[in-house]
Amino acid sequence: MSARDIVLRVEHLTMRFGGLVAVEDLSFAAARGEITALIGPNGAGKTTVFNCITSFYNASEGRIALLHGDAAMWGELEALTESGTRRVLRPAGALYLLERMPEYLVTQQARVARTFQNIRLFPGMTVLENLLVAQHNPLMLASGFTLFGVLGLPSYAAAERAAIEKARQWLDRIGLTERADGPAGDLPYGAQRRLEVARAMCTDPVLLCLDEPAAGLNPRESAELNELLLAIRADFGISILLIEHDMSVVMNISDHIVVLDYGVKIADGTPQEVRDDPSVVAAYLGVEGEEVARVEAEVGL
Amino acid sequence: MQTAAANFGTRLWQALRDTALTALIAFGLFLPLIGFQTVTDIRDVLTITTRWPLLFALVGSIAAVRFGYVMALAPRFERGARLMPQRASAIAVNILRNWFIPFAVAFVIVYPMLVVLAVGFGGAVRWIDNFGIQILIYVMLGWGLNIVVGLAGLLDLGYAAFYAVGAYSYALLAKTFGLAFWLLLPLSGILASFWGILLGFPVLRLRGDYLAIVTLAFGEIIRLVLINWVGVTNGYAGISGIPRPTFFGIPFNASDQGFAAVFGLEFTPMYRTLFLYYVIVALALLTAFVTLRLRRLPVGRAWEALREDEIACRSLGINTTNTKLTAFAMGAMFAGFAGSFFAARQGFISPESFTFLESATIVAIVVLGGMGSMLGVAIAAIVMIGGTEIMRELDFLKQIFGETFDPTQYRMLIFGFFMVLIMVWRPRGLIVTRQPSVLLRERKPAAGLAKEGAG
Repeated sequence: MSARDIVLRVEHLTMRFGGLVAVEDLSFAAARGEITALIGPNGAGKTTVFNCITSFYNASEGRIALLHGDAAMWGELEALTESGTRRVLRPAGALYLLERMPEYLVTQQARVARTFQNIRLFPGMTVLENLLVAQHNPLMLASGFTLFGVLGLPSYAAAERAAIEKARQWLDRIGLTERADGPAGDLPYGAQRRLEVARAMCTDPVLLCLDEPAAGLNPRESAELNELLLAIRADFGISILLIEHDMSVVMNISDHIVVLDYGVKIADGTPQEVRDDPSVVAAYLGVEGEEVARVEAEVGL
Repeated sequence: MQTAAANFGTRLWQALRDTALTALIAFGLFLPLIGFQTVTDIRDVLTITTRWPLLFALVGSIAAVRFGYVMALAPRFERGARLMPQRASAIAVNILRNWFIPFAVAFVIVYPMLVVLAVGFGGAVRWIDNFGIQILIYVMLGWGLNIVVGLAGLLDLGYAAFYAVGAYSYALLAKTFGLAFWLLLPLSGILASFWGILLGFPVLRLRGDYLAIVTLAFGEIIRLVLINWVGVTNGYAGISGIPRPTFFGIPFNASDQGFAAVFGLEFTPMYRTLFLYYVIVALALLTAFVTLRLRRLPVGRAWEALREDEIACRSLGINTTNTKLTAFAMGAMFAGFAGSFFAARQGFISPESFTFLESATIVAIVVLGGMGSMLGVAIAAIVMIGGTEIMRELDFLKQIFGETFDPTQYRMLIFGFFMVLIMVWRPRGLIVTRQPSVLLRERKPAAGLAKEGAG
């Protein structure tokens, strides 16, 4: 792990809701430019991990650190943790402790973007407006926090044209240019999924967290999504963290898989390693580890 | 043929049943309201009299309208709803937008001249004041609240509180320190938006019903403070003798330094009314201009996004706290402007002017107009406020219902009737189509035609 260039490091993450421990002492790392998948049976705590990473939940315990730039910055992690601040900025890069930031700063400063399990577009707004809302922070700056914009200064008009151009490129990529001016809520389901990914990408993320992007897609749409994700990774060099049930997606595109069951990590490795891990098979079949051999024999594996 | 006859039969049966039910409800409702009347006679004795002819005339006409509706209009509406696609209404709205708005603005500007031409110089003041200024104040309030309710989706039932803050700011500062109207106008706006932010902080986490209740309570708190803080606000008695606005230093009075004398005109109260009219026109246009600009700016899009899905907003790096507070502050600011104008126009204010009914009227204007639609809000303000004002003018009804008939007493009844009608026919308000804040293609019709030609 140390040899690779790590972008996200989750250490001893625990999330409790009252007496319920949703995630217990979870540690894993995601490498830069790779697709890391988080899988596990229903209720394993995958979405909770996402909500902790993006600060929608405040983790009960643990550390979630994200790196921009030079990997040597990891050396400052302990000092940052001790200092009690949220981030350390250096010319070579920056280090963020996500669990200390409010959720909007996780996107705004640490540049972690996410999508949701149940699609959360702005259904009444147009497809293009959805992509412009995602560019809120740079546009807000360009509009002088609204002041220059109300006065109609040309600097804002130029920034808005650039934002529209960026949105148009994404629309071309996801094949929705024709429907740019229609309400996002009128799009077919698969297109809404693609739009949500594009909207997250419009925030210029370093790490893209996708919560079941292939849920409810048919096999052809699923394959298109695979291509989109691989293309995003190739073109933008960003890292992707993926929750997915669709094994055709997970096994085809992930570089690294983390398996959760009842909030505990049970496996961590390449797709091949995870596929062959008896405890993973056991978790998915719903039996104890030692019974796997017997169950596998029964089902003829 | 047979089915048509059978259809007619069922329809007739349904219409008769409906009519009977409607008549029954109308009778039950109007019996205490109209059927009985208590009269104090000369010897100060309260006697009850009945008004059977009026009651039966009303019940009969309501039943007749219901019968006509079920028999003739309802099937047509059903067919119309099936046949008329969404597109037709969208096109109608576009035509409205392109032609109606410049026309409406021009009409508002020449309105006083038309009134003078129509009823002469003497009677014009009432028409400009009651219809022009009164309606425009509510158009402005509606547009201000539209930012909070229509765009940001935060239901605010205490909006009159900010109106009150603006009015009392002007009244107290102008009376105590003698500051000018043009200085106090922006200052009142700033003070009101400060209170908007103050209200915004505790309610940041609330949405929907809970938010509505807290804002309602906030409106009442402000009103109760105005009533009870007698030392400053003079309580129920209100503040009178508020300095009237001047024409950039020249007062509108009959003195030698007055507006009429300075410009060599004969003195009439008309000049002040005209001046106030154009001030409120300018303020309303400013509100419209700023709101339209804001909608196309990131902050406006963030407001609408907040209305659509707050969690998605947060996931896109939008600071929802600031976004909500700016919406509250902006909405409150325009209420503050309107409030200070109101105080300057009336010359007298009291807590009576800022009751919950006032907030409810403004919310009703926004909801009836169609949340988020500026044009719809303006139309709703004209209908609601103009409608109440016009009730005062319907003297000819006395010839039909007798001298004792006072149309203003039926204001709320008729008001409620139209509210129900609009909610039945257009449950989401008069204008529901949302104009996108930005388009990818400006020449959309051409692209659409090309596509159709190829297909």
